[in-house]
Amino acid sequence: MSMSSRFAADPDGITLYALSTCVWCRKTRRLLDSLGVDYTLIEVDLLSPEERDEANEEVRRWNPVSNFPVLVINARHAILGFREAEIRSALG
Amino acid sequence: MAKIDELYDRLDREARESGYNLNPDREFTRELVDGLIVNTERYGYPSCPCRLASGDRDRDMDIICPCDYRDPDLNEYGSCYCALYVSGEIAAGKAEAGSIPERRPPEEERAPKAAGKVPGVGLSHPVWRCSVCGYLCARDDPPERCPICKVDRDRFRRFM
Repeated sequence: MSMSSRFAADPDGITLYALSTCVWCRKTRRLLDSLGVDYTLIEVDLLSPEERDEANEEVRRWNPVSNFPVLVINARHAILGFREAEIRSALG
Repeated sequence: MAKIDELYDRLDREARESGYNLNPDREFTRELVDGLIVNTERYGYPSCPCRLASGDRDRDMDIICPCDYRDPDLNEYGSCYCALYVSGEIAAGKAEAGSIPERRPPEEERAPKAAGKVPGVGLSHPVWRCSVCGYLCARDDPPERCPICKVDRDRFRRFM
């Protein structure tokens, strides 16, 4: 690996890329909270423009159209959108 | 909260008048309306709450709510990307809205802002097309707001 971004997905945990205004992102957070899962939350729309571009580059690795939420598990597997059944079976 | 109710009521009224429906899940919809207010304060226009805006109105034009993708998504999935707008079936509680795939192309594949081919067929007036709902009108300039879906003039493109 070359230089790793401070917004890169956690290789040993759960990273949630989200927008603070997005209701599907909020639903995903509530689901993770209800499952008692620890995760790193990155709210891309609240970052400064430079940070936002950097974080968005990380999002695009998992999801080229960069829509939200993007839930990355151990920096190996991503679940795009609020897919409740998929999230429950991956983390429940 | 009054701001949310005010915008909610206006969007609800305009949707009904034009044959569209807001999501009947009031709490869900209020959260989206709040997102539209936040984005209007942040960017100066009500960018889609479920998509990352650039802050540049021209680049974000296709995702100013209602977005250019709402109507095709309503037809194919029964809701827009956020599920702020839903089909009659979902509005009536006969089906449920869910998370749908993103129709917006990646930035490098998006159509340039300029209109496509404009055949010079000797019309008495240019024809303008609303990029959100497809409304067409033949007049020198597009209307200030689309009479059907209420978006601003800058969402119109020259059609013929």
